[in-house]
Amino acid sequence: MTLHRGVSALKVVVVGAGAVGAACAFHAASAGLDVTVVDRGPVGAGTTSRGEGNVLLSDKEPGPELDLARLSRALWDEAGDELGAASFELEPKGGLVVASTGEGLAALGEFAARQARAGVRVERVDDVRKLEPHIAPGVPGGVHYPQDAQVQPVLAAAALLRAAVERGARTRTAEVAAAVAGRNGEVTGVRTAAGETLPADAVVNAAGTWGGELGRRLGAPVEVLPRRGFVLVTEPLPPMVRHKVYSADYVAGVASSDAGLETSCVVEGTRGGTILIGASRERVGFDTTMNPAVVTRLAAQACRLFPFLRNTHLIRTYRGFRPYCPDHLPVVGPDPRAPGVVHACGHEGAGIGLAPATGALVTAHLLGRPWRGADPAAHTALLPDRFLTPKGAAQ
Amino acid sequence: MGETADLVVVGAGPAGLAAAVTALAGGLSVALVDSGTAVGGQYWRHPPDHARPAIPTADLHHGLREYRALRRALSTARARGRLDLRLAHHVWSVTRDDDGFTVHSVDRRRAPEETAVALRAPRLLVATGAYDRQLPFPGWDLPGVLTVGGLQALLKGGGVAAGRRVALGGTGPFLLPVAAGLASRGVEVVAVCEAAGPSAWLRQPGPLLRNPAKWAEGARYGLTLARHGVRLHPRTAIVAAGGTDRVSSVRIASLAPDGSPRPGTERRVEVDAVGVGWGFTPQLDLLVPLGCHLTDSGDGSAVVAVDTGQRTTVPGLYAAGEVCGVGGARLSLAEGRLAAGSVLADHGAAPVPGRRRLAAARATVAGQRAFARAMARAHPIPPGWAKWLTDDTVLCRCEEVTAGAVRAARADCGASDHRQVKQLTRAGMGWCQGRICGPAVHCLVAPHRPYAPTERLIATPVTLGVLADLDDAGENTEGAAHE
Repeated sequence: MTLHRGVSALKVVVVGAGAVGAACAFHAASAGLDVTVVDRGPVGAGTTSRGEGNVLLSDKEPGPELDLARLSRALWDEAGDELGAASFELEPKGGLVVASTGEGLAALGEFAARQARAGVRVERVDDVRKLEPHIAPGVPGGVHYPQDAQVQPVLAAAALLRAAVERGARTRTAEVAAAVAGRNGEVTGVRTAAGETLPADAVVNAAGTWGGELGRRLGAPVEVLPRRGFVLVTEPLPPMVRHKVYSADYVAGVASSDAGLETSCVVEGTRGGTILIGASRERVGFDTTMNPAVVTRLAAQACRLFPFLRNTHLIRTYRGFRPYCPDHLPVVGPDPRAPGVVHACGHEGAGIGLAPATGALVTAHLLGRPWRGADPAAHTALLPDRFLTPKGAAQ
Repeated sequence: MGETADLVVVGAGPAGLAAAVTALAGGLSVALVDSGTAVGGQYWRHPPDHARPAIPTADLHHGLREYRALRRALSTARARGRLDLRLAHHVWSVTRDDDGFTVHSVDRRRAPEETAVALRAPRLLVATGAYDRQLPFPGWDLPGVLTVGGLQALLKGGGVAAGRRVALGGTGPFLLPVAAGLASRGVEVVAVCEAAGPSAWLRQPGPLLRNPAKWAEGARYGLTLARHGVRLHPRTAIVAAGGTDRVSSVRIASLAPDGSPRPGTERRVEVDAVGVGWGFTPQLDLLVPLGCHLTDSGDGSAVVAVDTGQRTTVPGLYAAGEVCGVGGARLSLAEGRLAAGSVLADHGAAPVPGRRRLAAARATVAGQRAFARAMARAHPIPPGWAKWLTDDTVLCRCEEVTAGAVRAARADCGASDHRQVKQLTRAGMGWCQGRICGPAVHCLVAPHRPYAPTERLIATPVTLGVLADLDDAGENTEGAAHE
């Protein structure tokens, strides 16, 4: 990539004010770049506001995503130190993955051992009720992941964006219509739907579920598809669930490519006292219809894991769309077809957790050198090149 | 899953009752669902049947002859097996598929026990009414501070007066019947603070002149209040309430033309209960997730958009009553009849009300809507109301979010609607899910747009256990009705 000419003057337009876009803006502005964040709506109004705020290592198998997640976990702590961990409710609560059968426990143990070799802290737990006193009796065991954490995602996006603005970034409410290209096809700016041109040496595609459409508009199409998920929210309770607790089949669900409805139980408390229950996965496009069958299934699974929930009221359900790439890896890096376009999307359900490392990696690509521990050479598996033929066409 | 009825009506207030009875008269089978333990809604709320002789409430009601006729028609239809009356059923979700609608409810007749009940029909009519709009003020969260609608419900439902010295405040004609009802029960109504000016009506005399019945009603209340020495204070507002364990005083201020309190005009009045109401917010929770278009009602709230036959923009879905705009019982009754007329026509049955009666209902709707619009213009939310909020005034009672926190979200993060404020401050994330504070937060951050509630996919809290049982049942019976 040859973006790093005259770095001090490099103008970057980040499209998307969700957690990923805000993190890109934060790191790029911290590196002294001239940053403008453009979004159609307010901060964190898309998929960012529809998740649980997961910052997880536990659900990732060794590979490129886990590498990014480990860096991101460290950068969330740094962001907490810099911006105030309380300002976005960073809570290093730890994850507890439980198996329902002895067989499942053995498989979970093997999975955890591989993660441990990749640098994840794992602790085998024989008596899960020592960690979660209200969990159903008879759970054969599990694995504790002390590095798993949670943030309040909209507050996190807002805090990162605010910090970016303090470091010189600007924000604009607009819809990006197209890229403006220079003589050699390189990006020189973006045109908004209102007909205005914003000059740019680089455009970051951090548009979440809208990333596929934005890529097309920028002449750098990537396939980003929606995967619907519902989250259940209970009445506020005194602390009953201490960790992020989920069943071992969640990992299979995250990695699965099944088109139909999949549910795997995830239960966790929040600082506000409510308990969040997930996680469903459906490929139904951008269909926003309520599906009571998903809600009842999630309720049944949660009640089996935590029987006290039977008498707890559900007060809210919301749903969102996870933006995923066909190979379930995010796409982060410059697009060779449109010099100046840098993708930062397709994080599926892990966008909050992966946001800081994505922002640092995008910044490193823009600078042409490592930034805050993100070395482009170490994350080549995330480059958009993987979707292209050697001649640069989409595969 | 088999059909429960030709039509499900949710809400058994005036609109839902009129709709159900009209549809029954046209030969349809109807399931009528209401969360209350008797039909009538808020407007015709009564003491429980066994207590009615001991608690006289006739003076609080209008149109009782109509109410009794509607109840009789329901009883007859029920005896003939054509009406499935579901009282104390709380609807938590409504879904739509190619064949119609499924209304997911829980039967709470033996509360706290809950039983899931799913009702299915090709057509659905939503008449879920409206509830008091609240504008917070310092002390509004003290025990003893109620909504005017709450005071009225206590009177109508049990003959209970909430206090012995009561101050009422807010805006709109609804303050008058509540004041009269309290005064006739020996309550000392120490002040009725109406934010609008006395001449507000004179600016749009047309609709008023065309509604002599409303004049007469207003005059009756005026007489009752005069007899009890109750004074109406125009252009004033209750701007604070004080007390330790419960309310013991209010502060009343005169309002400047923009509605902000005039400095130096505040006076303290001792009370033991307060009722406040700033108009009503339509209850759209079942309609929004179905994708109905909304429209601006002109009174600060978005309402469901309907055609001249009360059809929403979703095929098979009809709406009547205050969800289409707040305008009183006469309007609701006419809309209910019109809606049922459309259901019958769309169903292929001859519209039973007949062309002339439908035309009359349409004329009533047009006249009453014009009156309601004039009323809304005469009783707006005072633009300067937020000036009586201190930074530590709680806006969201469930999550204890202050006005200061909401103002900071607007100033620091550019929050420009109540949904964004919720994400940033938790205002509206608690038990009531923003049903109480949502309109107030909206009025604070986006006063120039009509308030449209956030989508609530769960319309009423329901235990996870009853939902879990539904899933287990569904696995065994392949989607049979959960009953």
